[in-house]
Amino acid sequence: MSEAGPGTRARVPVEDQQLVDPPPTRPIEPGAPPPVVENAGLSRWIPALAVVVAWVLVYFFTRGNHTLDLPSLSRTDLHDRLTGVQNGLLEGRSTNPVMQFTNAIADGFRSTVDWLQRLVSKPAFPRPVPQIGWLGVTALATYVGLVVASWRIALLVLASFLAFGVLGFWDASMDTLIIVLISVLLSVVIGLPIAVWIGTNARANAVVTVFLDLLQTMPTFVYLLPIVLFFGIGTSAAVVATLLYALPPIIRIAGFGIREVSTTTIEATDSSGQTYWQRLFKVQLPMARKTIIVGLNQTTLAALSMATLASFVDGPGLGKPVLQGLRVNDVGTAFVPGALIVLMAVMLDRTTTAASERSERVARGGTSNVARRRLVVIGGGVAALVAVYLSRTYVTLAEFPTYSVGGRISAGVSDVVDWIKDNLGGVTGGTKDGITEWVLNPVQSVLAESPWFVSFAAIALLSLVFGGLRALVITVVCLLGVWYLDLWHDAMITLNMTLFATLLVMALALVFGVWMARDRRVDLGIRPLLDAGQTIPPFVYLIPVLALFGPSRFTAIVAAIVYAAPAAIKLVADGVKGVSPTTIEAGRSTGQTTWQEITKVQLPMAKGSLVLATNQGLLYVLSMTVIGGLVGAGALGFDVVYGFSRSEAWGKGAAAGLTIVLLGVMLDRITRAAADVRRDDGPGPRRAFNVRLPIGPPR
Amino acid sequence: MTAALTVDGLWKIFGPRSDKIIGTPDADLSRADLKAKTGNVVGVKDVSFEVAPGEVFVVMGLSGSGKSTLVRLLTRLIEPTSGTVQLGGVDITSASAGELRDVRRKQVSMVFQHFGLLPHRQVIDNVAYGLEVRGVKKAERRAKATEIVDLVGLSGYENSYPDQLSGGMQQRVGLARALAGDPEMLLFDEPFSALDPLIRRDMQNEVIRLHRELGKTMVFITHDLAEALKLGDRIMILRDGEIVQIGTPDEVVARPADDYVKDFVSEVPKAHVLTLKWVLREPRAGEALDGPSLPVSTIVRQAARVAIASDAPIRVMDGDTLLGVVDEEDIMRVVVAEEES
Repeated sequence: MSEAGPGTRARVPVEDQQLVDPPPTRPIEPGAPPPVVENAGLSRWIPALAVVVAWVLVYFFTRGNHTLDLPSLSRTDLHDRLTGVQNGLLEGRSTNPVMQFTNAIADGFRSTVDWLQRLVSKPAFPRPVPQIGWLGVTALATYVGLVVASWRIALLVLASFLAFGVLGFWDASMDTLIIVLISVLLSVVIGLPIAVWIGTNARANAVVTVFLDLLQTMPTFVYLLPIVLFFGIGTSAAVVATLLYALPPIIRIAGFGIREVSTTTIEATDSSGQTYWQRLFKVQLPMARKTIIVGLNQTTLAALSMATLASFVDGPGLGKPVLQGLRVNDVGTAFVPGALIVLMAVMLDRTTTAASERSERVARGGTSNVARRRLVVIGGGVAALVAVYLSRTYVTLAEFPTYSVGGRISAGVSDVVDWIKDNLGGVTGGTKDGITEWVLNPVQSVLAESPWFVSFAAIALLSLVFGGLRALVITVVCLLGVWYLDLWHDAMITLNMTLFATLLVMALALVFGVWMARDRRVDLGIRPLLDAGQTIPPFVYLIPVLALFGPSRFTAIVAAIVYAAPAAIKLVADGVKGVSPTTIEAGRSTGQTTWQEITKVQLPMAKGSLVLATNQGLLYVLSMTVIGGLVGAGALGFDVVYGFSRSEAWGKGAAAGLTIVLLGVMLDRITRAAADVRRDDGPGPRRAFNVRLPIGPPR
Repeated sequence: MTAALTVDGLWKIFGPRSDKIIGTPDADLSRADLKAKTGNVVGVKDVSFEVAPGEVFVVMGLSGSGKSTLVRLLTRLIEPTSGTVQLGGVDITSASAGELRDVRRKQVSMVFQHFGLLPHRQVIDNVAYGLEVRGVKKAERRAKATEIVDLVGLSGYENSYPDQLSGGMQQRVGLARALAGDPEMLLFDEPFSALDPLIRRDMQNEVIRLHRELGKTMVFITHDLAEALKLGDRIMILRDGEIVQIGTPDEVVARPADDYVKDFVSEVPKAHVLTLKWVLREPRAGEALDGPSLPVSTIVRQAARVAIASDAPIRVMDGDTLLGVVDEEDIMRVVVAEEES
């Protein structure tokens, strides 16, 4: 109907955006016939329920047949063929031009990282220690914090760096920081021009957005398989994966910021006769600066989270000891490096945020005392250089002394975990068993133990009910792909866990989101926790959950919920808060109760955000599948982990990765289509999807 | 004297393949029919007019009438579909990007409804922006900008940021920015619509003062008839992208071209707008012709006191020529007719 509504704004050519005068949705002139009422039909839930009931009935008569169950360690011909493809590519490494190209890039990354490592984290031959010792590095980092942010941030940086050393993970921390640094720099160099391009060109935006959607829908682990193939394992794969993961936020957010620069201002300055470059550098970039820095912040945090996950492909850094601990279910070992990852995330987040606030003040001419500032910059610089010199000269200042604190913390945590197992085992185990037996298993049976074609048909029908024809087509294509990849049974188990976790995520999101939206104090109290939760790399969530529940499917689900809930809660809270106060006032004036206000005004009007929250919840949960595979989630997650560890199972791992992608695309498209299918929803949900600002820390 | 601005056969059609419509029978369809048939929306439909140097030309219409599109077509902020625009001797419609930039830098500048200020720059640098993009040196452009800031009555606010100013003051910045480049022509796109009534009146007076002092040609877009009547030397009324009427304020009020315009002007206090030209009559036989004389351009309201004070009818003069007479009754008829309507 309203093709030129705000929702499609990004897609119409720039020319048409300037169509100021004729309102795109003209109210019907008096006298004209009323518009045809679109047939709202039955609620979508009734046919959906019918499909589910029929499915369960069929299940009772056919269960256990044609389930395509594949025992966890066995493979099919297809999987072996995929492994063969990999081997073929690896053998042809020296002649295949693509492989030569990627290998050259990999070498470049490897030597860059190696050079930086010798600078700060590993012995630089012929020296027995790095070029710059810990004292020098810490001093330099603190100095940077002082200059770009404030003395408070400088203290935070100082404390963080000291903690890296004192807890015994200096080298690993430096390696992680090196990978983050390189990836963020490259992300900015590559991402900003693209952001400018999509921010100023509607068509480019449409094309690039498709790729960004694809990259961001894909669970992180799926990147790793092809990356390992083309870039080898270790440092280079870690840098490439981190770069790929860190790139979308800055492109998307900075592009968004540039695009959202007020058209009036652009027009006004255009009418002064500026050139393209003057417009870009004097108007668009300065006005979008705040948003661009938010993008930088998000990119940095994304880089950190991927840099730790890259330990899966033997990337260096803090992720490695965490992974080692998780592999053997040793919470004590994983705890300290996990905590350091959190510390690093907080440090990076606070520093970039504070730096942006400071630059804002400076831009507003708020530099209070020039002389003092100069003293700080020069004095601090000299002090940092002296520290660098000292750390090059004295061994004790070059190599971090060993303390036993880290070990003692590990031991203490192990004791606590044992105590929990002994004393709370009944409670946590009971919860786990109850939910597993009464909810997880029955639903899983219906999904996975029905004949595959029954589940196939039922899922396709449900997608038709919720998403319409377009969703049906995509669903059928995705399901056919899943079937072809020979992992149907595992896919159904994973789907079950994903749906269950998402359901709980949405329950949390509704309760907390509405609460936050209705009560400012609650918002102020909870939001920092959510922000903190979102800055922590997903890896780290597993540690405490594992401590409580031990390795199982349930553990993976809880970790996924913890990971996905903050984003969903924030989306719901912001959506409900965005409901026009006038409408709420109008409702109140009719004497509605609080419950009526929530269910009849706020939630329906925030429907776009609810659907978006569901969509994001699904994708977040799904992206934890592989990580969950580490702690006993089984199914596809396990297949991928297994594929990484055994070269002969690479093909099965790749197939499992692809299956996860297919499930992701399917769920993403069904939820999007569900947002689109009802015309009366207006452009709200669609707009929510088009903008899709990642829900990062507050600006 | 050549016109400052000549617009000839100007069209703007929004939508797919909009360039294929002009010249076909479709072009004669009404806006709604064309939209239904082809999906295209007519913004501006075959508009031609001239603006003389130093004139204040007001374009008036309701929202959706195409007036904002029209003013953007004049400097090609929106590309016209067809037709020509000549601005100070330059053919805008065929100008290259560079020539167009030159025109925008030196000949014409624009004031916008929502100000369009740069939030990250101080007032002084906002005002100097046009000079900056031309490449004027910093000291020089700041000096010029300071002068203009004084002119629009913002002295003391040079170093404020736009968000620290009220709406009216922000629009003064917008006005100053437009004036800083010393253009020959100013375009105003509903500049005061977003302002409070009192501030709007101040700003209108400000524009009148600046026009008197600087004598620039102005094209002024508004949806407010009172504003149009107050500022305009001539008024052009647009509806659905088409010209309905062009005339001086008193012409528009006294002789509306059709019911649409009539409806528009029905609420206007006619005695405040009409000149004696529209009420004078031939002297009746035996009428005394020794009454006071007034020029034909006198507004009716101003003539009322004279007419009441005098027994003989007022003689309406164009220079030395007697055009006709007006008496108390004629004037009362204008005033009373208004109250009845």
